[in-house]
Amino acid sequence: MSVILTEAEAKALLEKVLKYSKADECEINISGEKRGNLRYARNEVSTSGSQITQNLIVQSAFGKKVGVATTNEFSDDAFEKVVRQSEELAKLAPENPEYVGVLTPQQYKKSSGFFDSTAGITPDFRADAVAKSLELSRAQNLAAAGFWEDTHGYSAMLNSKKLFAYYPSTDVNFSLTVRTPDGTGSGYVAKGFSDVSKLDTEAATKIAIQKSTGSVGAKALEPGKYTVILEPTAAAVLLENIFFNMDARSADEGRSFLSKQGGKTKLGDKIVDERVNIYSDPAHPELPSAPWAGDGQPMERVNWIEKGVVKNMAYSRYWAQKKGVKAVPFPNNMIVAGGTATLEEMIASTKQGILVTKLWYIREVDPQTLLLTGLTRDGTFYIENGKIKHPVKNFRFNESPVIMLNNLETLGKPERVVSTESNQNYMMPPMKIREFTFSSLSDAV
Amino acid sequence: MKRRDFMQMTGMGMGALMLPSVPIFGNTVSSEHLLEPGIDVALKKRYADIALNATKSKGATYTDVRIGRYLQQFVFTREKQVQNIVNAESFGVGIRVIANGTWGFSATSDVTSEGIAKCAETAVAIAKANSKFQKDPVVLAPQKGVGDVTWKTPIKKNTFEIPTAEKIDLLMKVNGKAMENGAGFVTSNIFSVNEQKYFASSDGSYIDQDIHRIWPTFTVTAIDKAAGKFKTRGALSSPMGMGYEYLDGLASEKIAGPNGTVGYRSSYDMVEDAILAAKQAKEKLTTKTVLPGKYDLVLDPNHLGLTIHESVGHPTELDRVLGYEANYAGTSFATLDKWESKKFNYGSKLVNIVADRIQPHTLGAVGFDDEGVPAKEWDIIKDGILVNYQAIRDQVKIIGGKESNGCCYADNWDSVQFQRMPNISLRPGTEKRSVLDMIKGVEKGIYIIGAGSYSIDQQRYNFQFGGQVFYEIKKGEIVGMLDDVAYQSNTQEFWNSCSQICDKDDYRTFGSFFDGKGQPSQISAVAHGSATTRFDGVNVINTGRKI
Repeated sequence: MSVILTEAEAKALLEKVLKYSKADECEINISGEKRGNLRYARNEVSTSGSQITQNLIVQSAFGKKVGVATTNEFSDDAFEKVVRQSEELAKLAPENPEYVGVLTPQQYKKSSGFFDSTAGITPDFRADAVAKSLELSRAQNLAAAGFWEDTHGYSAMLNSKKLFAYYPSTDVNFSLTVRTPDGTGSGYVAKGFSDVSKLDTEAATKIAIQKSTGSVGAKALEPGKYTVILEPTAAAVLLENIFFNMDARSADEGRSFLSKQGGKTKLGDKIVDERVNIYSDPAHPELPSAPWAGDGQPMERVNWIEKGVVKNMAYSRYWAQKKGVKAVPFPNNMIVAGGTATLEEMIASTKQGILVTKLWYIREVDPQTLLLTGLTRDGTFYIENGKIKHPVKNFRFNESPVIMLNNLETLGKPERVVSTESNQNYMMPPMKIREFTFSSLSDAV
Repeated sequence: MKRRDFMQMTGMGMGALMLPSVPIFGNTVSSEHLLEPGIDVALKKRYADIALNATKSKGATYTDVRIGRYLQQFVFTREKQVQNIVNAESFGVGIRVIANGTWGFSATSDVTSEGIAKCAETAVAIAKANSKFQKDPVVLAPQKGVGDVTWKTPIKKNTFEIPTAEKIDLLMKVNGKAMENGAGFVTSNIFSVNEQKYFASSDGSYIDQDIHRIWPTFTVTAIDKAAGKFKTRGALSSPMGMGYEYLDGLASEKIAGPNGTVGYRSSYDMVEDAILAAKQAKEKLTTKTVLPGKYDLVLDPNHLGLTIHESVGHPTELDRVLGYEANYAGTSFATLDKWESKKFNYGSKLVNIVADRIQPHTLGAVGFDDEGVPAKEWDIIKDGILVNYQAIRDQVKIIGGKESNGCCYADNWDSVQFQRMPNISLRPGTEKRSVLDMIKGVEKGIYIIGAGSYSIDQQRYNFQFGGQVFYEIKKGEIVGMLDDVAYQSNTQEFWNSCSQICDKDDYRTFGSFFDGKGQPSQISAVAHGSATTRFDGVNVINTGRKI
């Protein structure tokens, strides 16, 4: 049997495994995945590989005593063994006061994240796509270092209350850094898609080449507060720190940027500019994601920040029960809504400012304010009177995405981006921000 | 790291945006299963020979085989609760070959004669397929075979033999004491790892190693609900290449510091540290905010280790210098011309940085690396001058080296080995000097303990570091705690401002248990030793904001 099961095959297999269960409650998650990658540096392939993995996870519960066991061996013997093992672990475990039991069957939104084009990628296809990129950098005597990774897989689950869910998906991520031979210029591009037919490595490579050659001869500007235009790749690594911290429990416990004086939370408060709208939706056509969480909770469209106001926080089923509210699972995708302005139009409307194409090494400095530090990288440019005047040396910044979104000037048209920090894909607009804080200069190229 | 592996451990109920940062390899098993012996060494040798013969007959000119059993036990608790106990085992074989002058790698969990023979053939086929891209053939620095040898981390108590209940009791005591002393919340963990690795190569080496590591740690949070404020303080432990004896808390391994602080050498008192952490976190809620400006910094080894890691460890990795990591971690300012000049002042004359894989109790200590090279020690910076890099067998020739430094590592049998950081340490000062002696000489300074936020550019020039605890020094004395402190500097400027280093009695190690590198990303564990060190006139910023 193939590692990637169809819905019918997955259901039949899960039903077979569930029959071994003697626990009060049982939940089984299964996944199969094929991954292929190609890595290159100095214009030559450095490593390549492929991985085929499958996993079966069994969670058994006796009352509130819960045990989890996993196996990657797919045989009847192994299935029975892993069920027994999870039951033994459950019997030995202390009671988990936060265990809330398994769910009954749910209705899910339709989401199409599986594309035959991506599932059918062969090693030759991968090599040809990368060769197109390499030809361009070699022809211009530039040094390319890149990484291609495609994934094709599925996940499914079944529990003892007959909740069944299945979701197949495909993804491809391509990233490339192009450097000039003397190391004075560097440019980057990253693209992520569910459907590989949308990925044009040649066009992507041209962007990295343009930034690489365009960043030669960077001039130093004094650190300080500047109007910046963040390309979506740069904005993503800042805003995702808001997404990661939407947990209600931490906010209620007083240890989140969403906590406030008197033990209250900022749910319902306006925290950023009213033009900011952030939501998740598994059925988004350009960023499809699984319509169910790992425990079978349905993923709905959730508005997290609407017109600048915190509309929802993520409640685990346990915390929701304790607080008497509806559970809201952490989302599988995030979409930052935007306007219609193109990056070019945003540059044209800027009197003085800095175009930031990528940010790097983002770390949280203060969890209370979400103050982040990090640096610009691979192409930073000075804008004057609506035009890019010259490249500038890289800066270190210290800025909170919350403060930044209060200093919003314009949101552009969202596009799908890959976070260079977490590898997550988002829908993200370019954004113009005033008074962005650069605190020092870096000599790095 | 392999996203799917840690997604499976999130269990249940978390979306993809809440991935935990802890990588788990392989299958979860019972704690008893972790104590079962792996396959016999004679069988491992037989399997290795099957692979070596198979690749040779298909045309490989070099082969190494790693049969690995990787065990992990991670215990997670918060306040009065055990959140999770993960026992994991990963077992399989990775085969790396050179054919047509090109690397090829393949791995399988089917550890049988047939599975290994098939995997070996795949490795050669991949090498041949990739050779169409290759311009210059791979050339390895010679390594004489060492025959049949064994090496084991010299542990006193095997962590995996300690009952899980004993570990939970300890963590519950840690959490309880922290709560009693002012913590609003506390999480505590014990991470333990055992790598049972068998390495064989066509050079004639058959190396059996049993490597142990442990990391006990916690985070204490103090809350002022009325003011809507919270502050954290992390543990001042270090991950170690030791067994459970690290948690004995021996008085002989403690170094008393100023203001009731304690430094821990190769024995850690977790409960004592949790009590102090809770008190310090609470104090941070009301402590005064730093005035930005230039300060002389007195940096504790438990803080300085991370600065060494980022500003010396990574920039002196030869693969980075050459551009192999350009698309992700970046390149390096420590370019070959600087090394060739033999006069690049990386730091002041006091700065001597040594690389090693032999320091007892450290994360980097092994008998042999993952390409069969014996562990050794070598200088990276001598009297302030950059003198060497970290290099492995296929790259050391680029810097005129005749033998590898022995710092090749793969985080699992199914990952391909590549250059990873050995221990990188600052040698202690030769003059007798304690921390108190050092503080006495500082007019306006800050004493920093523990690692906080960290960020550095892709060529390792400009960095910013926070910490866990900050003490203000005025006219040779500590006058109280400070908050919102971070320092920014440039690597060369910073190391040239190094003006004093305490002596060997203050020497301790810091470590990183999950250091990431490469695409797809792999983890490794690495230690950094130093004594408390002074840096003059460093730029300190204030990180306090209002939202």
